[in-house]
Amino acid sequence: MKFTEQQIQRYSRQIILPGIGGKGQRKLADAKVFIMGAGGLGSPAALYLAAAGVGTIGLADFDRVELHNLQRQILHRTCDVGLLKVESGKRTLESLNPEVKVEVHSERITSSNIREIIRGYDLCLDGSDNFPTRFLLNDACFFEKKTLISGAILRFHGQLSTFKPHAGGHCYRCLFPEPPQDHVPNCQEAGILGAVAGIIGLFQANEALKEILGIGKSMVGRFLQFDASDLSFQEIKIQRNPNCPLCGENPTIRELIDYPHQPCRTEAAGDSQCCTW
Amino acid sequence: MLESEIEGGLVGERKDSSHAPGFQVDRSPEFPSVHVDRELNLKGKVCPYTFVESMLALEEMEIGEVLRVIVDYAPSACDVPKSLTSEGYDILEVSKINETDWAIIVRNTEFKEG
Repeated sequence: MKFTEQQIQRYSRQIILPGIGGKGQRKLADAKVFIMGAGGLGSPAALYLAAAGVGTIGLADFDRVELHNLQRQILHRTCDVGLLKVESGKRTLESLNPEVKVEVHSERITSSNIREIIRGYDLCLDGSDNFPTRFLLNDACFFEKKTLISGAILRFHGQLSTFKPHAGGHCYRCLFPEPPQDHVPNCQEAGILGAVAGIIGLFQANEALKEILGIGKSMVGRFLQFDASDLSFQEIKIQRNPNCPLCGENPTIRELIDYPHQPCRTEAAGDSQCCTW
Repeated sequence: MLESEIEGGLVGERKDSSHAPGFQVDRSPEFPSVHVDRELNLKGKVCPYTFVESMLALEEMEIGEVLRVIVDYAPSACDVPKSLTSEGYDILEVSKINETDWAIIVRNTEFKEG
């Protein structure tokens, strides 16, 4: 592929970076990234991946845009309220970079369709807002041997890690073997500062670009905790858990599980972002 | 000061909502020794808006003043007191006042988390 004059101009500031160049830019153009959720995390991640020239972005979300999303879900605008988030997101991404192909998945993601969907992508980002989806995506990525870049947010806190059990790394279940059973956050616990979603979503985009380009030090084997209130970071080294029910030595999970969606308080108001982690 | 507030048509309102008349008392019937300075009718509203509107009302009130909040969304009867307590407000009473409604009586306090 020969770059056009416009492409050279558009991507010049990253083509000149060490480790990227024309070869790296072609890797980005050939890359297919799946993003679960076009919300607080998926929005900033998708915008920066599209801007960087990632060739194909898959957006999965069955929700429609609501007014209370706009405080943090920057793919969507006031005039998009009522639209499917994936349609609104596709329009925003394509207007930012028409070279990007945006594939939309507006059906509910379950054990019956997730493996087939992610099979068409090189890399997955988790921007989901509930535990059943988070565990489903983790397990599907394990079975399909896809790298998963995980982000989670709540109130002023964020978490980040990269799961690559097919290459010796840990998975989500190495840290959290099962979804929590009883904790349903109350209204006050369920808030989220929009900028925190932006920060963690952009960390996910950053890690996705590094994984595609094969540069830098990945987040495999590392778990980052971020506190926006005092702008502090804490990194924990994570090893693969030999007792992990999914990727351990004697796995007990051999197929996908559809955990029931626990109704959290704010879901009644159409907002389910309180179950983020 | 007695203030009855009935709000409608905003985000978070349930479609099956029916508005109650304003409460014309300055004593809480379920907690008669307490003078109620302000009343907030949140019938028809759901979480998190019940908490958000309660907190906004308290922020406008003087320290020591008492707010009586009426909700008809069952989870709010649990969540709003819990969340207001986390914010440092003083919950005096939560009681079911009829088949559909709960009253939450909360005192504005000097201490605020944060």
